Amino acid sequence: MPPPTSAHDDVVHSESFLRSLMRRQLGLSVSCAATFLVALIGLPLLNYFAPALMATRVAGFTLSWLVVGVLFFPFVWIISWIFIQRSIALEEEELRQVQRRKEVH
Amino acid sequence: MTASFAFLGGVDPWIFTFSFITVVVTIGMGFWSARRSKTASDFFVAGRSVSVGWNASAISGEYLSAASFMGVAGMVMSSGYDALWYPVCYACGYLFLLLFIAGPLRRFGAYTIPDFAEGRYDSPVFRKIAVVFVLFIGFFYTMPQMKGAGVTLAYIFPGMPYWGGVVLVGAVITFNVALGGMKGITLVQAFQYWAKMFAISVPVFVLMAVFGFYNGHLAETSAPTSPAVDVASVARKPLVEKAPTDASWISPFGPLTTKAVTAAAAARPAEERAAFLAEHQRSYSLLYTYSLIMALVCGTAGLPHILVRFYTNPDGVAAKRTTMWVMILIGVFYVFPPIFGVLGRNLLPELYAATGAKGTDKIVLELPRIINERYGVWGSVMSGITCAGAFAAFMSTFSGLLVSMTGALAHDVYGRMLRPHAKPAERLLAFKVSAVVVGAVAIILGTGVEQLQINFMVGQAFAIAAASYFPLLFMSVWWRGMTMKGAATGMLGGGLAALACTTVINLSDLKKVDLNAFWAAHPLARILCEQPAIWTVPLAIGLMIVVSKLTAEQVPADIRMKMLVLHAPETLGLKQEYIQEHIQEHIGASH
Repeated sequence: MPPPTSAHDDVVHSESFLRSLMRRQLGLSVSCAATFLVALIGLPLLNYFAPALMATRVAGFTLSWLVVGVLFFPFVWIISWIFIQRSIALEEEELRQVQRRKEVH
Repeated sequence: MTASFAFLGGVDPWIFTFSFITVVVTIGMGFWSARRSKTASDFFVAGRSVSVGWNASAISGEYLSAASFMGVAGMVMSSGYDALWYPVCYACGYLFLLLFIAGPLRRFGAYTIPDFAEGRYDSPVFRKIAVVFVLFIGFFYTMPQMKGAGVTLAYIFPGMPYWGGVVLVGAVITFNVALGGMKGITLVQAFQYWAKMFAISVPVFVLMAVFGFYNGHLAETSAPTSPAVDVASVARKPLVEKAPTDASWISPFGPLTTKAVTAAAAARPAEERAAFLAEHQRSYSLLYTYSLIMALVCGTAGLPHILVRFYTNPDGVAAKRTTMWVMILIGVFYVFPPIFGVLGRNLLPELYAATGAKGTDKIVLELPRIINERYGVWGSVMSGITCAGAFAAFMSTFSGLLVSMTGALAHDVYGRMLRPHAKPAERLLAFKVSAVVVGAVAIILGTGVEQLQINFMVGQAFAIAAASYFPLLFMSVWWRGMTMKGAATGMLGGGLAALACTTVINLSDLKKVDLNAFWAAHPLARILCEQPAIWTVPLAIGLMIVVSKLTAEQVPADIRMKMLVLHAPETLGLKQEYIQEHIQEHIGASH
């Protein structure tokens, strides 16, 4: 890692800013992905360990068919909507942080 | 003269008319748009001025191929529940793209994956390695489009052989691309989405109104001994012998995922079969399911022709909103194809008995025609609409793939590797020659895959993308310790392993190589070869980490700046700063 040059010796280019930036973004993405993956990995497990439950008929559909064929789509829309709201808020927060620390300097 | 037009016998005029109009409109719009956008940068600049709604429609229009329009329905009909993972993951894979890749890549400002590979590692060499997978993934993606063309033409012209349709459609689109038509601009692609959406949904609603609803048809598949389901009953035709039983069709771990173990059991002595099935069948099909899910979810995030479109957004926030709208648009679309599969099982089971171009892959085209039994020509009209949608699907995807593969061949292979100092006229000629070469190879491959399912082949393209481009993008964006050597080793290791496996499976299924005895002895090997993502994706990521650690001193010197450009909000203006520094470095180096 080269030492910061004079032009880069400020808040935006500091190591700590990049670290907090990446950590917070990754944290948000990973928590959204985890919600999605629990459902995606969980469904085959339910099919495997609770076949009778998943074969329950709901208005003609099996429960498993209804979840995978229809309900899974809106579930993912909700996750993506929450992610977008939070990531926009996060970017605004990052900008404010830069502004504040520039004023302090 | 009459003999040469013999294949025109038995053509339904309604179906022919709708299909013909679609072809003319598609080609016409291609040339109209090509006149309006002369260069690649025009295409991007024009795109940047459009709204989120248009852009999301355009991405969806580009994405929905013959696999989505015809293949999903065909596979749900033939395999039942397990095939539902395909539409779900085709749509939900965009979530991974949104969460991990879309924003950073948009900020970095690389237009294609090879651009990104070069910019992230300052390595023109790596670009040349990365571009190879545009061609690999592209050819695997064109094969099912070609099958879609062969199936559709064989349906419209009952006398035409499968290969005839492949050659005809392939040749028309290839020459169209070579002549400069078919440059996708936002408006044309967006129109394609709404055309496909109309063509899949309207016939479904009409069919359900006439023959009973989705849930009613699914209820028919429950065993007669189970308690009666409180749904209006529907009429059903008797299943043919080759169709899977209701119990295996409606439940998870059915014919698709248990095929390998069933074949292995059949090769064993009769007294061992039951024990072998009990031991392996369900556990192996769980493995198959997970590997399939992994290939589709990761593969969506690594498809070269989709990522390009994210730069037509004005900024990162619009890019994210666009991704969400894409998920909504294609999610709504993907509810419909499985309905065709379910209705098809009950109303047109004859298709189970046929194979290739006459098999279940044509259910979307043929099913609406049964409305003719009750309401005159309306069935033909509906069937004409789905045929038109199928044409829109495979023509738009095939020409999009052809443009990007031709670009890779003409721009990267010829323009950068073979003849870096070629004149503009030579480059134009190279583009035309490349288009014809790529088109010809795609046609030859397409004529050979009649016996493979459309949806299955597209799944293979996803598996290759999942093991090559997805690890490259994911790791390059989130791990600053990656070196060019690490990235290249991982991408080649994972991607080529997936490529080799899928090729072996196809050669074996097409009976070019006889591996049946081997597969029967080793069903697990068959599953890991048929759905390789579960081991090739970790292999690629593992190789990237190990080799990058070994070559840690070769991490690009300005990695912190690159990471800032990838992750910091765009309003901080780091991208402009980064570009200026690069220009200064180049001037400094040349002096």
